[in-house]
Amino acid sequence: MFNHLLSLLIWLPVAGAIPVLLAGSARPNTARWLALIVAVLTLAASLLLLVQYHPDAGGMQLSESYLWIASWGVHYSLAVDGISVALIVMTTFVGILVIVGAWEVIQDRPHQYMAAMLMLEGLLIGVFCATDALLFYALFEAILIPMFILIGIWGGPRRVYATLKFFIYTFFGSVFMLIALLYLYQKAGTFDMATLAALPLTMKEQTWIFFAFLIAFAIKVPMVPVHTWLPDAHVEAPTGGSVVLAAVMLKVGTYGMLRFILPITPDAGAHFAWLVIGLSLVAVVYIGYVALVQEDMKKLVAYSSVAHMGFVTLGIFIAFMLVREQGNTDMAQLGMQGAMVQMISHGFVSGAMFTCIGVLYDRLHSRQIKDYGGVINVMPWFGFFYVLFAMANSGLPGTSGFVGEFMVIMASFSANPWIALFAAFTLIIGAAYTLWLVKRVLWGDITNPHVADMKEINGRETFVLVAFAAAVLALGIWPQPLVHLMNTSVSQLVQQLAIHKI
Amino acid sequence: MELSTSVLLTIALAPLLGCLLAGFLGRFLGRAGSHSVTILGVAISCALSFYVLYQLMLGGATTYNQNIYTWFQIGPLNASVGFLVDRLTAMMLVVVSFVSLLVHLYTVGYMHDDPGYERFFSYISLFTFSMFMLVMSNNFVQLFFGWEAVGLVSYLLIGFWYKKPSAIFANLKAFLVNRVGDFGFLLGIAAVLYFLHTLDYATAFDAAPGLVGKTLQITAGTHWDAATVICICLFIGAMGKSAQVPLHVWLPDSMEGPTPISALIHAATMVTAGIFMVARMSPLFELSQSALSFVLVIGATTALFTGMIGIVQNDIKRVIAYSTLSQLGYMTVALGVSAYSGAVYHLMTHAFFKALLFLGAGSVIIAMHHEQDMRYMGGLRKYMPITWITMWIGSLALCGVPFFSGFYSKDAIIEAVGLSHRWGAHYAYFCVMAGALVTGLYTFRQMYLTFHGEERFTVRENHGHGHHDDHDDHGHHQPGVLAHAPKESPWVVTVPLVLLAIPSLLIGFFTVGPMLFGDWFGKAIHVNEANNVLAELGQEFHGSLAMALKGFTQLPFLLVLAAFAINTYIYLFNPAMAGKIKSALKPLWTVLDRKYWVDDVYFAVFARGGVMLGRGFWKMGDTAVIDGAMVNGSVSMIHRIAATLRRLQSGYLYHYAFAMILGLILLLGGYWLMGSGFVGSTLVGQ
Repeated sequence: MFNHLLSLLIWLPVAGAIPVLLAGSARPNTARWLALIVAVLTLAASLLLLVQYHPDAGGMQLSESYLWIASWGVHYSLAVDGISVALIVMTTFVGILVIVGAWEVIQDRPHQYMAAMLMLEGLLIGVFCATDALLFYALFEAILIPMFILIGIWGGPRRVYATLKFFIYTFFGSVFMLIALLYLYQKAGTFDMATLAALPLTMKEQTWIFFAFLIAFAIKVPMVPVHTWLPDAHVEAPTGGSVVLAAVMLKVGTYGMLRFILPITPDAGAHFAWLVIGLSLVAVVYIGYVALVQEDMKKLVAYSSVAHMGFVTLGIFIAFMLVREQGNTDMAQLGMQGAMVQMISHGFVSGAMFTCIGVLYDRLHSRQIKDYGGVINVMPWFGFFYVLFAMANSGLPGTSGFVGEFMVIMASFSANPWIALFAAFTLIIGAAYTLWLVKRVLWGDITNPHVADMKEINGRETFVLVAFAAAVLALGIWPQPLVHLMNTSVSQLVQQLAIHKI
Repeated sequence: MELSTSVLLTIALAPLLGCLLAGFLGRFLGRAGSHSVTILGVAISCALSFYVLYQLMLGGATTYNQNIYTWFQIGPLNASVGFLVDRLTAMMLVVVSFVSLLVHLYTVGYMHDDPGYERFFSYISLFTFSMFMLVMSNNFVQLFFGWEAVGLVSYLLIGFWYKKPSAIFANLKAFLVNRVGDFGFLLGIAAVLYFLHTLDYATAFDAAPGLVGKTLQITAGTHWDAATVICICLFIGAMGKSAQVPLHVWLPDSMEGPTPISALIHAATMVTAGIFMVARMSPLFELSQSALSFVLVIGATTALFTGMIGIVQNDIKRVIAYSTLSQLGYMTVALGVSAYSGAVYHLMTHAFFKALLFLGAGSVIIAMHHEQDMRYMGGLRKYMPITWITMWIGSLALCGVPFFSGFYSKDAIIEAVGLSHRWGAHYAYFCVMAGALVTGLYTFRQMYLTFHGEERFTVRENHGHGHHDDHDDHGHHQPGVLAHAPKESPWVVTVPLVLLAIPSLLIGFFTVGPMLFGDWFGKAIHVNEANNVLAELGQEFHGSLAMALKGFTQLPFLLVLAAFAINTYIYLFNPAMAGKIKSALKPLWTVLDRKYWVDDVYFAVFARGGVMLGRGFWKMGDTAVIDGAMVNGSVSMIHRIAATLRRLQSGYLYHYAFAMILGLILLLGGYWLMGSGFVGSTLVGQ
């Protein structure tokens, strides 16, 4: 049996980027088609992964391991659990859509754009299956490079400011993570994540390490108050960059929390759960209000991403609270599952929202809400998708946006009704900022004459939006397959929460 | 015998299929094709709903309660999509599908010239599907799905004419106010899950008695009764959906939508979802006297005070909208005194007569070329006799005139409140009694202004007769000037009116015995013996004829009679009187005309206040504190670096180079630090 599937998933898009790059700007169509073929093959490989992975068996599966840097015992080791599989499939799915989405839109050096996208995809997949901490770190850092390029070259007018803010912000966080990893290495003599998880640590050590990891991952998620790089990065990023950033890259932060904070510093995590929960609720309420008053569509959706990612961190840390304070593993599992489902769902919903904004931007070259109004008059099919994704963003049942939030709110209530009260506030504020946006962009009579000239979405755009819509609806109507895929892994994570290291 | 799953699935899915066909293939199907598939879908559902009702009543079918598929399963917690079909559900199915079918038919006439014809049919079929999912649910998750899905369709339909600024304001307002209710509702569901460990109705209701004595800690030292918390939270959901004070503000504005949906969604079905939900949850509500008192007071306040606003409205649809609010208040009052069957019974009769009134109003609006202001109507009875007669039937039913269907349901509610000893029942009794007078005042005023008295419009007959588009003078018309004389609406409009007039007139007489005083709902509705005011009332019940005859001597009827006399005098004999009364009662009139300033306060506090708060957060929090103070150093540093780099670089390559150099420094630095063992020891300083 072929047992290098994970390596294939990482290296196929990375290596595939080379011929795309070589196609050069002289043959843009060759580059586009090559990129698409690579992306499709990667999706096919991820579907094979879905088939090969045994959800009920649990544990880390399909592992590969090679010695990488012998003197420090660094391994190139990969393995996946249900959560990784779900994230990988989401990544490859979104990977195709950003390539199709950029098809004619990127006219300036499309080969480089496509290559950067593929490379980014491969590195992201790598992050989701690395089981060696240094490998994880290397990939975690490496994904910054293609994103930096995507924003820096194809970005908007203030791209230099945005890329540097983005880069230094995240880089600042990773330094803390590196220090923590080095400390752990010095104690355990290995970067193997499973060994690190089993490493006994005092509360003092755990506290330091917890905060080092928290800073690194909180910036990535991003959590309040280290979120201000995100709106700027989104505003300047090209559509595809925004889609990948929101859909996949933010998940790297919460994924890191699962892989590092949960197993390595469970006691510190439980002790400081209130802090993360508090910040998550601030994300829902405070950021909700901030999103309400944004005048730039992309900023609005960027802030909405911060609010929605708040549910992921809330779900993860509510599980701490439930397990440690009440021993309520059933509800903890519900909260954790909610966080996981929210990660996947947010990938589709935010990706779709940014795609929609890209469609509008391509026509009017403005992201200002006030320049629009009455778009439905000229683009009814686009309006259908826009309303659908807006509803998903507002957490309407039947769309994926509801499932995770519902689970997290249910679990929160068991931990503390007040937490649920603030979390459920998203029902009101989330609908307010999203539907007010829809009202100002889509509904109404046309006031800007340029809107009257906007063309209905073409076949390519329709394909992308249909794909997103299918994912959003499928998850909303029948989340059980996804839940089942991750269930054993989630329950194992929850069991780990109960283990005291001190 | 058990009901067949495929029949129930067909009921739910037939309208969905119609919706998808009309929505996505409307362009290919054309207008006739679109209305045919949707009408067919709903007709199938309607026929099968009657079949299900028949099976449950006479066919010996037992309650159906089965899951269709697992939505998610996490540990022991199962969330499924499934159906619970008992007589309560079956009654709702019949009401929803019957009214929906007639509204579909009516729409063929009403929306005849609208460019969004196919889209409209798609929406109302989607609504019908959503409503079926809501009433057929056997668990809280699916209930919430249906609950929000009908809200979505309501949003889409209120804003159907999306070019109208008032319509897109109203639909956003409706959705957000409903979300406030749903916020409470979701917390209620969370409380159910927390205390009863299930999302399934049957399991939850079986476990419900165990709630007694349980409390929820709110703060250290404050504990609230579990059942009360659950029920009040769930009821907040009902307050949103069924537009109870103080979440009533969206319903009058929802009249911006086309009239058929005002009839279907904002009168007959969706707004009664809250009533249905509380009745369905009766095993929970029966556990909390406090929650029921809360329900009672909210309902009574809604019944009286919103009805009063209806007296000063001039828009024919708005009068009916306020009447709907008031009638929903009556149903809520019934819930509050544990007369759940009474509430659901009034829900049913109200669905018929209120749909009739709205569709009648729509018929008038067509005749008046989309003029809705009653000040420009009058004397229409001779132009449109079918609309006139059927609307009188609806109006008399609404006022609770004996023998009409509304009498049986409304009178029972008033008497049940009189018998109740629950806290708040005295206040509620006053409200529902005074409400009877108020109902009479606005209803007869509306009928007289519309159909009787002088014609307050003129017909501009010199307008070209060659083309016959009724919408010709849309938007730029002069009030009270019509292009053509009003005429009776086509059969697709009048047939639904007649078909609704029949149950409005008769259904109470034939069903009051079993449905209200018999044990018709069986186990679907649970009432504790001590609270059972309807059973007490039932002991005095000696048939519908006797009840109606007695009704003529009761106070509610006398109040309606008084209202009739006042209106008759004013509008038929002394039209100047209306203005005199208005100026004499100017302060009161202003209070009602301003709708108690509730909308103004909400807009100032929540809409403007929310935006101001958001701006404050954004400018102060994100911009000033986080980016300004916290990231200040780094930001200015970034600027300096950027400026330097801008001078150094000559192409885009610097991006790559910069990233690479940083990476290299990092790796080298990392290895060096690790080699020296420096990091760990200084970090924690063992």
